[in-house]
Amino acid sequence: MSALAARRRHPAALLIVLIFAMAVLGGLYAVLAPKSADAAEATANSGQITAGRQLFISNCASCHGSNAAGGPAGPSLVGVGAASVDFQVGTGRMPLQQPGVQAQRANKPQFTQAEINQLAAYVASLGTGPAVPPSQYTNGGGNIAKGGELFRVNCAMCHNFAGSGGALTRGKYAPSLMDVSGKHVYEAMLTGPQSMPVFNDTNLSPQDKKDIISYLKNVKEEPSQGGHNLGLFGPVPEGMFAWTIGIGILIGAAVWLGRKAA
Amino acid sequence: MTIDQPRNDKDGAVSSHDGHSEVATRDGAPAQFENPGLPPHVHRAGDHDEKAAKRSERQVAALFTMSMLGTVLFIVSYFAISADDVVTLPLIGPMKALHAALGTTLAMSLLGIGLGAVHWAKTLMSDEEVVEERHTLRSPDEARDGALKILEEGAESAQLKRRPLVKYTLGASMGLFALPLGLQLVGSLGPLRRSKVVGDLQTTLWDSKLPNGKPRRLMRDPDNTPIRLSDVTLGSVFHVLPEGIDEAAHPQNEKVKASVILVSLEESVIKSAREKAWGIGGVVAYSKICTHVGCPVGLYEQQTHHLLCPCHQSTFDMTDDCKVVFGPAGHPLPQLKISVDTEGYIVADQGFKEPVGPSFWERS
Amino acid sequence: MTTSRPADDLRKDDKRDEPKGNGGPAGAIANWVDERTGAAKGARFLMKKVFPDHWSFMLGEIAMYSLIILLLTGTFLTFWFVPSMGETVYNGSYVPLKGVQMSEAFKSTVNISMDVRGGLLIRQIHHWAALLFLVSIMLHMARVFFTGAFRKPREINWIIGLLLFMLAMVEGFAGYSLPDDLLSGTGIRAAEGFMLSIPVIGSYVASLVFGGGFPGEAIIPRLFTVHVLLLPAIIVGLFTAHIILVMVHKHTQYPGPGRTNKNVVGFPLMPVYTAKAGGFFFIVFGVTALISGLVTINPIWMYGPYEPTMVTAGSQPDWYMGFADGALRLLPGRLEFTLLEHTFVFNVFIGAILLIPLMWTAMGIYPFLEKWVTGDNEEHHLLDRPRNAPTRTGIGMAFFVFYFVLFFAAGNDLMAIKLHLSINDITWAFRILTFLGPVMAFWITKRLCLSLQRRDRDLVLHGRETGRIIRTAEGRFFEAHEPLNRYQRWPLVSFASHAPVSLPAGIDRNGVRRRKAAADKMRVRLSHFFFNDRIEPVTPAELEAAHHHDEPVREEIDHTVEEARRLEGDDFGGKLHGGAEELSSSSAYGHPDQR
Repeated sequence: MSALAARRRHPAALLIVLIFAMAVLGGLYAVLAPKSADAAEATANSGQITAGRQLFISNCASCHGSNAAGGPAGPSLVGVGAASVDFQVGTGRMPLQQPGVQAQRANKPQFTQAEINQLAAYVASLGTGPAVPPSQYTNGGGNIAKGGELFRVNCAMCHNFAGSGGALTRGKYAPSLMDVSGKHVYEAMLTGPQSMPVFNDTNLSPQDKKDIISYLKNVKEEPSQGGHNLGLFGPVPEGMFAWTIGIGILIGAAVWLGRKAA
Repeated sequence: MTIDQPRNDKDGAVSSHDGHSEVATRDGAPAQFENPGLPPHVHRAGDHDEKAAKRSERQVAALFTMSMLGTVLFIVSYFAISADDVVTLPLIGPMKALHAALGTTLAMSLLGIGLGAVHWAKTLMSDEEVVEERHTLRSPDEARDGALKILEEGAESAQLKRRPLVKYTLGASMGLFALPLGLQLVGSLGPLRRSKVVGDLQTTLWDSKLPNGKPRRLMRDPDNTPIRLSDVTLGSVFHVLPEGIDEAAHPQNEKVKASVILVSLEESVIKSAREKAWGIGGVVAYSKICTHVGCPVGLYEQQTHHLLCPCHQSTFDMTDDCKVVFGPAGHPLPQLKISVDTEGYIVADQGFKEPVGPSFWERS
Repeated sequence: MTTSRPADDLRKDDKRDEPKGNGGPAGAIANWVDERTGAAKGARFLMKKVFPDHWSFMLGEIAMYSLIILLLTGTFLTFWFVPSMGETVYNGSYVPLKGVQMSEAFKSTVNISMDVRGGLLIRQIHHWAALLFLVSIMLHMARVFFTGAFRKPREINWIIGLLLFMLAMVEGFAGYSLPDDLLSGTGIRAAEGFMLSIPVIGSYVASLVFGGGFPGEAIIPRLFTVHVLLLPAIIVGLFTAHIILVMVHKHTQYPGPGRTNKNVVGFPLMPVYTAKAGGFFFIVFGVTALISGLVTINPIWMYGPYEPTMVTAGSQPDWYMGFADGALRLLPGRLEFTLLEHTFVFNVFIGAILLIPLMWTAMGIYPFLEKWVTGDNEEHHLLDRPRNAPTRTGIGMAFFVFYFVLFFAAGNDLMAIKLHLSINDITWAFRILTFLGPVMAFWITKRLCLSLQRRDRDLVLHGRETGRIIRTAEGRFFEAHEPLNRYQRWPLVSFASHAPVSLPAGIDRNGVRRRKAAADKMRVRLSHFFFNDRIEPVTPAELEAAHHHDEPVREEIDHTVEEARRLEGDDFGGKLHGGAEELSSSSAYGHPDQR
């Protein structure tokens, strides 16, 4: 105890207190920050549409209405198409975990792909809408350079040049595209979920979408040219790095240089 | 000179209290403490212990050797590693092996020298402090007077005072000689005619018709294909350039001004009558160039119908003449009046009614 | 004290033994050069120069070495870079850009990054060194400001330093713009908007800079000349003047035993600082190379070429331009208005054009303002500890907080996505902080400085708390205090505390000197602002008094310790002669300044 008391005037004491305070704050944030609830259980029956309807009634109807015609808290799903369902449920955005400015992607969807297909079949049966895209357009293999150009014109202003995401107004945001499957990227362009506008097939043809998906795939998979990419957010993390680790190492060297040897 | 003994330096005690020398003594104590002089020197391990010194010598030599090794490795890497080789590093993941190797070996080569030299200085070179005296910077009066006298004598000999005409004409010519150079620069760097400078800011390609007299169609960027009204489904956004932009004298300059965003809204959400009239059943076109400092305002939020600029977050309401609802922009985005031509493609009826992009003095 | 022979003596002996002009080939060359230049005189003077050791004195050196690295790597880059806006189609080895239309400038930068062996490393060293250059300049300036090193005779060097800082920023921006990638192109686009916002002449300024409309074809070649020729020449020139003045003034030093206003205590250039400073250059270069080898900076091949219709989320300038960008994000749009048929674009003009000259003028004026307020005309070579100049330190912190509020505001979009906050709320918070932050920073810093000064007084008067508790025979508890020795005490008592000046009598009655009287009044007011709250250094008399005050308690404790020593045989009591603090009432010793 007395040793500790004697050292509380040590210059490092302030640093330690600061680090401790930051750790506590970080911990508090982690505890208080919203978490996803356990996945809801659902059962599937025979017959895609009837099974889908069952799933819909038990999981979605409270917001979207029992006939999917829209309810107090959710829009009508008539005519949104299978692609929309596959995207919203497949990325875990629906069923909505918590009210907020926008539905967030979940680490794990709450339904199996089979169940999602049933739901999609049911919603598709309510009215014509975009279908789930064929895999030939969603698995890459397109023109990366063309895709990059299309991406920079149509997508980069929200999702950033590398698909790392960006801010929208009032707490909404364009999410990162780094771990989104090609199919979901395609469906998002097709259906325009939430804040995102629609990029129908006359705006960006299926081949254009394939090129964009290929470009994103390449961004994720190509080896880094110059080392750690700092999250691909542009100059802000670079500045942070220079101000912390960069100058930190140099000041450390200067302290060592100026200190009398033992 | 080196100092082994603590010593007193009265100068320091006094001069560090400049302008504060009232003699306040109580009980005969001095007004200020006296500078105790350098504390006794504390020796390093290597100063007396040859073993420790030897250890330092080996450490320094090892660091210099590390540098040489780094240099050799750099050269080897430069020739031996293919540009396509990939290496997976902790924290970084897969990256180009050549780049990583060149960077780390260069660092090794440089750091070896640096760390070695500093370690050498710290452990083996004398660490007894040396004192260098300072002298006032002000020149002695004699030198000042001498300089002044030379100046005066020179002026006298040049007859500066007696011949004011020379003095004044010299002053004037020295004051003016930079003008020709300045004029050449300002006059030739860019156009200065008002019609050209301001006119360029006030017009876009949309103001002119195509060479064949037809109005310009709205074309997809970057594919350069025309857009049918039926293509623009609800919630869609098209990034648009005018037809024939590649034939313009300076396509890039025209793109900067003529870039347009085409959006399909539900007609019922549009609040402004003019906006409705200038669009086609909820399909409206606005300049995509931010009225703040000119970034492309591309972030269209389908649900709120807001357009956000990614540079400085100016937010425009697309349902209400693109008025500014947040951020630093000072005025709305100009709307482009559109209609459908005989073949069903969207065309611009006329140019923008006001200048696009950032504000300028002559804008209003 | 007898020690091993000092290094100086050793060298003297060596010289004596050595016949002149007979030092082998090196000596022959030295002789040849000296007979033609007389360089030995200057070399002797230089090699004997003494530099004080302190880590904070190396911040300027980091800047200096970064500048050298920048000149070196920059020269390399010019061998491959093509400063042209001519349109071309990429056909190099980087597949994601194959067939994309771009400018020659962008294409050549991609080539440097992809096809020149080691080219990307040089590019990244150049860019990282640029960021570190500006970081170290700013920290160096902060050190100079907070320690009062800008005072007479160093005002000229402060101004030169400010100019260097500003030019380095412009130089950085020009270099950042050269590759003509999407991010930097957006930056130049915004720069055109800045120029347009200048009242009356804005449109013409933009037209001159770009040679017509934006982007035109002139801007990259022009920026190239500015970046590789014009600004480096000015920067190197000013930097040389900066260094020469440091030589002339001799380095400042922190107060300490043996250090006075009339000496420099440290190590000579030959050999210690040749090795230390020379070695430090290699350390800075090595660290920059290591970072550049392992951390990507400015991946222009991912940004893609600049196209006026494209933009990326998170469009930011490099950090040193962040504060101006932040100001632009905070200034509300209603500052743009039309008056007498002309548009006043103050929402842009204030942040983009006025801000930097205003801030730099404020920084440039400060040394003269402080000198006017204190009326102090002495040379100062001993640094102030920041706490001993509470108002200056407060003003500096207020300035820094203002700067950093704007700086962080430039990252409001990334904050929004990383912290899950609304960008609108963040912007509003920053708008308020722009005004509130500096005021709070000033007040908090000044109070902190004053209480640190009180703590210093306390330390001098009552010694250091040892954390050892003593219980006397009567059951009272004391914490033993260890007295400071005179070397430890000296830095804490050797500072000047300025008293506020008061108005000379009768001046305001004199009508003729009214203007001077107003200036005097202003000076008095400022002087009170600066020095009303102040702590005087402890005087020997006060120390004496404090010891007397401690006397009865000390005797009691000494007695206890004697007892303890007798019983346990430890040497605990050795530390106790500075006094003690009774733990039940911490205010047992009132401070003279807290009457």
